[in-house]
Formats: sequence, structure tokens, C-alpha cells
Amino acid sequence: MADDKSTKLLFIFFLFLLLLNYPLLTIVDKTQLWFGFPSLYLYMFVVWGLMIFGIAQIVKQRKKKP
Amino acid sequence: MGLSVIVGCSLAYISLLFFIAWWVDKRSTDQKPGIVNSPYVYALSLAVYCTAWTFFGSVGRATTGGLSFLGVYLGPTLLAPLWFVLLRKIILISKNQRITSIADFISARYGKSANIGVLVTLIAVLGIVPYISIQLKAVTFGINTLAHYGEAIPITQPHFWQDAAFWVTVAMALFTVVFGTRKLDPNERHEGLVAAIAFESIIKLIAFLMVGIFVTFFLYNGFDDLFTRAQQQEETARMFTFSGSGVTPFSWNMLLLLSLFAILLLPRQFHISVVENTHPRQIAKAMWVFPLYLLLINIFVLPVALAGKMAFANSIHPDTYVLSIPLSQGVKWLALVAFIGGFSAATSMVVVEATALSIMFGNHVVVPLLIKTRLFGQGKDTVDGASRLLDIRRICIMLMLLLAYLYQKSVGSTYDLVSVGLISFTAAAQLAPALIGGIYWKRGTHQGAIAGLIIGFIFWAFCLPLPSMALAGIISDDFVRNGLFGLSFLKPYALFGLTGLDPITHAAFWSLLFNAWFYCIVSINTKPTMLNLTQADLFVNIDKYIGGQDSDILKREAKVSELRVMLNRFLGEQRSIALFREFELTNNVQLDQQKIAQADLVNFVETHLAGAIGAASARLVLDSVVKEEVITMEEVMRILEQTREAVEHGRIMEHKNAELKALTLQLTTANEQLKNLDRLKADFITTVTHELRTPVTSIKSLSKIILDYSDELDETRKEEYLRILVTESDRISRLINQVLDIEKIQSNEAPLHLEWMDMGILVRQAAKSMEQLFAERHITIRIHGADQPFPLQADRDRLMQVVVNLLSNALKFCDPNDGIIDVTLDRQGDWVVLKVHDNGPGIKPEMQQMIFEKFTQLHSQSQGKPHGTGLGLFISRSIVEKHGGVIRVESHTNAVPKGALFEVRIPIKKGV
Repeated sequence: MADDKSTKLLFIFFLFLLLLNYPLLTIVDKTQLWFGFPSLYLYMFVVWGLMIFGIAQIVKQRKKKP
Repeated sequence: MGLSVIVGCSLAYISLLFFIAWWVDKRSTDQKPGIVNSPYVYALSLAVYCTAWTFFGSVGRATTGGLSFLGVYLGPTLLAPLWFVLLRKIILISKNQRITSIADFISARYGKSANIGVLVTLIAVLGIVPYISIQLKAVTFGINTLAHYGEAIPITQPHFWQDAAFWVTVAMALFTVVFGTRKLDPNERHEGLVAAIAFESIIKLIAFLMVGIFVTFFLYNGFDDLFTRAQQQEETARMFTFSGSGVTPFSWNMLLLLSLFAILLLPRQFHISVVENTHPRQIAKAMWVFPLYLLLINIFVLPVALAGKMAFANSIHPDTYVLSIPLSQGVKWLALVAFIGGFSAATSMVVVEATALSIMFGNHVVVPLLIKTRLFGQGKDTVDGASRLLDIRRICIMLMLLLAYLYQKSVGSTYDLVSVGLISFTAAAQLAPALIGGIYWKRGTHQGAIAGLIIGFIFWAFCLPLPSMALAGIISDDFVRNGLFGLSFLKPYALFGLTGLDPITHAAFWSLLFNAWFYCIVSINTKPTMLNLTQADLFVNIDKYIGGQDSDILKREAKVSELRVMLNRFLGEQRSIALFREFELTNNVQLDQQKIAQADLVNFVETHLAGAIGAASARLVLDSVVKEEVITMEEVMRILEQTREAVEHGRIMEHKNAELKALTLQLTTANEQLKNLDRLKADFITTVTHELRTPVTSIKSLSKIILDYSDELDETRKEEYLRILVTESDRISRLINQVLDIEKIQSNEAPLHLEWMDMGILVRQAAKSMEQLFAERHITIRIHGADQPFPLQADRDRLMQVVVNLLSNALKFCDPNDGIIDVTLDRQGDWVVLKVHDNGPGIKPEMQQMIFEKFTQLHSQSQGKPHGTGLGLFISRSIVEKHGGVIRVESHTNAVPKGALFEVRIPIKKGV
């Protein structure tokens, strides 16, 4: 259902708006390195990647529609 | 590196772009499947978002603002999931209204207002000029860095013809003019341009990734090495975090918001994502491909910035790191590749932006002005309107680039790329309340939009470009330090005493706040015009209008000839003739025979005209020839009350209603049949009882006579009475047998006893058995063809029943005076055909189907009352059909030969 998909996408929007925002960012906003990457840098790109993956998954469901 | 090499490569690259555009355009005119229809090309063309700002500026930004540069790309990514609803809606509206630019969109929403068109155009042009200027600047310093690396960069020349930036501007202007205004497309679709932009997106991504990989894996030993070393220096470790780079939560949020608006509202983004969109279904794929592109192009920004910072400290401007690092390592070819990447990022931005702005400027400022002063489109000028429009656009493009050059010379040189770019982002964001409010809030009015736009623009101008001009020394900087008119609360960087924010965040906050607030307050307190109301309904409830419904409720009419002249003037004769023919075909009308065009043609002309010169201009042009019927406000309100829900509801009701109607019809027919059957049954019972009563009465009376007067009756009389008794009893039992027969046949209890037999013999036997009856009535029976054998497989007794029934019917209805019955036997292919033809009164056509039904009896004229039981023909038909045959009657009451002709066709072998 298209409406169902819109709701999921809206959910993605709010979820990642939260994840890419304060106060969560303060947790990773440090000069330390995680796996050789600055923590904020790593966090940003991983969340970003997850978001793209999430959108792609939701959009793909279209094929099931008649 | 020699200047000639750089220029040569750039020219070669531009030629390649021309070739791609030419090739794609040629394909589309050859009706081959368009490359542009691919969602991947669409997503890549959206990456026109990544300009020289991204290519050179992000690295520079990262050296001061750390990772905050990511906000510019995370904003669009955050908006991407909402495209499915938001962008789709905008595209649907734009296709419906043939929108050509964002100014056109907003002006069309608020009653096709010319004022709003002008306002939006001015905001866009003035707001985007700084953005274009940074592209010029980036290309210029790119060339300078490549050509003069290691030398002192030449000081700005006193004469503009010695200035590299000037020649870059001229080259860009020529390129844009040739590329963006090659032809006038009525829908402003430029497939070749889109394909070239998509190609440029690939080039800039590859170029940047190459530089990134070189820095990370060749200059350093991978991310680990690079980041560990950067962590050890305070100057670079600072760039790891927001807190170390001076990014506050509020400024981060504002950056996300600005870039989220920018991806939708920047004229070039609107142009690529909406106007050049070939189908809304492309959105789905672009929703994740485009963010993925943004992610990839940003991965190496921080590493390059860290490496540059560690290598050069502050000796080189950070915006040039992408070029300087390969040059410092002596890898000149990579520097050249990087330059081409940045060059492609800049050219794609300038071409699309300037094209989009020139469409806006031409359609919303120049054309309305010319129309109002009657210099264009009026009178009898024979100049082709289309080429004039293109000329106007070419001049617009050159003026805009000149403006950008002047800005760059005077102001831009003192700021880094991103800071200047963000000024433009803030300007574009001013369109957000009018646009987003326009498609979700029906109550938003023309006055509200104007108020919001003006106030937002004033705050933007006061807080960003004016102080930057003041600091560049163009105007007095008194107001920056002491506030406007010496009022301390009117300082452009600390308005109303608000301090502690960077200029962009500060300006965006105030301008958007007042913009949105004025838009709402003024909208609520003003009354929309009628056209504003209808357009608002169309934009907000676009789904309701899709599917070719009349989108304009205003009743307008105009002379066909005048519309024709008008369209000729703006679209050229060839195209307008084609359009009129298209209209004639789709609406099935002959326009030559109409003098006055109705609303549908006026709307058709307007939308196509709007495709060429924008909605507001099209309306202005049409106003001169169109008469508008006055409709009352109540009427408009009444029509608009029907929201989508109401229409939907009505559709469901209609559907249910139709179902009910069909059901009622079925019930009525069924009822009719039942009634008919009931009547037939009642008739039958009357007949049967009557038929039974007659013999019973005579049996009873005769028996009584015999019983009472047995002594007085002589033998002959007695014998005669007894014979009558027997005949009458026979009649009763025959009747009862027939009724039982029907029961049997109907319940399928009597299977056929099939055997090979001769139809000829059977017919002769039947005739023979009835000989006496024929003789009594003086009827001649003539049998044709029965002397030959007609073998067939059938149930002999049943078939005999049929033949006897047909003969006795013929007997009953024959001419009483001169009765003739013709019986014909024949073979037609695999069928034996028996015809029985009498010369009686015949059967009326309306009765011909009825006679084969149960209980149907005919009243013979001669005898007045029905004979028989009304079951004979029904039984006959049942028997014939069980044999796989057909029985039918042919009769002409008045024609010759008169009488009824019964025809029985039976297959020789059942199942053949």
C-alpha cells in the first residue's frame, strides 16, 4: 500500500532526524578514535548508510504490489 | 603546468558534453527510448546539487568547521524519504499546470499572480548571484593554482581584460547560452542537458574519489594512519568534533534545515527534479541513489582536509587543497583530473542555474513588462515569438553572469566558498513558507505570500549580503557596527540584541521566523480572490484533479481565430497548428466551424502558452482576448467545498447505487418470471380441470342414464353410450399420462432408448394411424420424400409421439373447409429434417416462442376455445432436444404460403 509506505518513510525521517541531532551527537562528539576513525565521523557515515539502506528497502517493496 | 594545457583540456571536456547532449537529443527526436527516462540518470542529474562548493569548498569548510560541512548533505538525505509524498505532489501539480520554474509554481499557486512571479524571480536571482559567483571564483583559482603553483599568485590586474576571472565568466556565459538555450521547448524539457549533467556528476565523483584515495592510501597508509597522525596535533584533532569546531546544536539544526529546503527550492534543483522530470515513478529510486551519491562524494572530504592542514598549515587557502596536495607531490595529472572534476561541478551548476533563472526572469519579468507596454505579442509584428523568447533568455544569462562576476570581484574574494554559498541557501529558504504552505494549506493567500516573501527577503538582505558588502568596503559599514539609523538593536549580525550565533544561523532564524509568521497572519486576515481559491484547491488536492478533469471552473470564452493568432506568435506557426490538431482529435471537434471557443480550448491554449512564457504571462496575454463569465463567490465556494473526501465518498455511493440498480433489475425480472409461471400454472389448472370435468360430466350422466333406465334403453343405444364412456375415459387417462410424461421428462427419469430406425417409415405409420381423423375432417395429407429411407438413431416411441403431436396440431388448426397438410422429409448433411406445414390461420409472431412453453394454448378462430392440454408441443420440444435436435416454427399470418410450418431437425447420430 502506498499509504503504508509513506508512513514508513515518515518514520525513517523522524528516526534519523533524532539520530543525527543533539543530544545524541554529544555522545560521539569526542576526539577519540573508534576502529581507527574519529568517533563522530564514523557515527555520521554509519547512520547515513543505514538511512540509505532503510529507504532502499522500503522503496523496493513496491515490486510486491500488483 | 602550461595554461594552454589547462584550457585545452577544459575545451575538450566541454566538447564532450556537447557531443553527449547532441547525441541524446538526436536519440529522442528519433523516437528511441530516452536515456533520461532512467531513474539512475534522474538521480545523477539531481547531483547537480554538488557544485564547486562541494568539490573545493567542503574541504576548506572542514578545516574551520570540522564535520559541520556534512549538514549540507545530510539535510537533503533527511528530506529524501519525504520526496515520496512531497516531491511527487509538486511534480504532479507541475505537470498538470505545465509549470516551468519555481517562480511559476508559486505564482500559479497564488492565483497566477504576476506580482508574486516577479518577487520570487528577484529573490531567486539576487539570492543566487553569490552562489554563481563562487563557481566562477573556484574555476578561476583552479586555473591559477594549476598554472602558477609554487609561484606568487598574480595580483589582481587593473584592467578586466587581463583578469582570468573575467575570461572564465565570458567562457561560462557563452557555454551556458549555447547549451541552455539551444531550442525553446514548450515544456522546458532539455533531455540533452540532463544527460550531460548526469555525466558531469559521474566525472566529479570519480575525480574526487581519486584525489581522496591518493591522499589516504598513497600519501598515508590508509585511514588509520591518517587519523592517528591527525589526532596527535591539536590543530587537526580539533576538526574531529563539533564542539572543537565551534558548531552549536542550534547552528547544526539550522544548517540541516537550510540544506533540506535548498534541495527543493534552489531554482536549479527545482528545474532538474521537477521540470525535467519525465515521470514521478523515477522518484522512488532517486530517493536512495541520490543520498548514496552524496555519501560517496563526502567520504574523503575530512581526510583531504586533515592532510592539507598537516601539510600546509595555513600557507595555502584550504579551498585549494584538492589541487595543491597532488601538485605538491608532483602528481600533475591527478591535479588536472581534480581540476576537471571541479570544473565539471562548476559548469553543471552554472548551466542549470542560469538556464532556470533565465526562464524565470524572461517569463516573469521581461515578457509581462513587454506585454504591458504592448511591445510584444500584441499588434501585427511578424517576428517569431519563439526566437525572441530565446534572445531574451540569452541576454538574461549574460547579465546574470556579469552580476556574479561583479559580486565575486567586489565581495566574494574576501570570503571562502561555503560562506558565500550559504548566503544563497538562506535566500532560497525564503521561498519555503509560500511553497510548502501553498501545497498543504488551502487558506494561504496571495497577500500572505507577498507579505512573507518581502519581509523574509528584507531580513535576509539586511543580515547577510548588505553587511558583507559593507565589510568589503562598497557601502558604509556604519550600520554594521552601530546598527541601522544608529539604533543598537538593528545591528545586522546581532538583530534585536540576539548574539552568540554565526551570521548564517542568525539571518536564517530571523528571516524565516518573520517570513513564516507574516505569511500565516496575513493569509488568515485576507480574503482570497476567486482564481486564488480555485488554484489553491487544485494545488492542495491535486489528486482530485488528476485524470483530465476540468481544472478550471471559471467559464471563459474567446474567438478561435484570436487564440490561433496568439499561439502562432508565441510558439511558432508549425507548433500551434499541431497543437490545434491535437485538440481537435482528442476532443473530437472541428475548430474551423466554431467561432467562439469554449472554456476547454481556452484552458488548453493557456496551459501550452504557460509552458512557453510562464503561467502569469500566459494569463496576461490571454486576458486581452478572453471574456470571463461572472460567477458568484457562493458558487465558487460551493464547488470548492467538494473536497477529495467528498468526491471519493460520492464515487463509492455511485458504485453502490449501480450495484443496487443491477440487483433490483435482476429481482424484477425474476419476479416477473415467477408471476408469469404462476399465471401459467393457474391457467393450466383451470384448463386441466375443465378438460377433466367435461368427460367426467358426460361419464357421470351417461352412467346415470344407463343405471336408471337400463330397462327402457335398447341395446344399440346402450352400446353407443358405453362406447362414449370408454372414449371419455381414454381422454382422461391421456391427459393424466401427458401430465405424468412432463414430470418424467423434466426429472430426467425417462432415458432414451436409442436404436437405428427409418424416419420415413415412422412418418408413414404416424400418418396412417391418423388416416381416419383426416378423412373425417376432409383434410388432404401429402407426404413428400418419405419413400426413401432416412436411417437415424433415435427413440422410436418418443419420436412417434412428436410426429403424432405435430400432425394432430396441424389437424386442429387446418383450414376447416379445404384443409391441406404438407409433410416433407429431407436430409441436410448429418441432419434429418421434418417439416409439417398446415394451411390454417398461422401463429402470431409474439406467440411463436410461447407455444413451446408449458401450458400454452392457442385459441383457434374457428372453435373459440383451446384444444388439448397445452403440453403437446412442450413435450415434443423436450424430446427433440433430448435427441440433440431443434424444433422451431415459421409462420406468417398474412403472407403466402399461409399457415404454420413446424420444422424438426434431428441429428442422424446423437452427438454428431
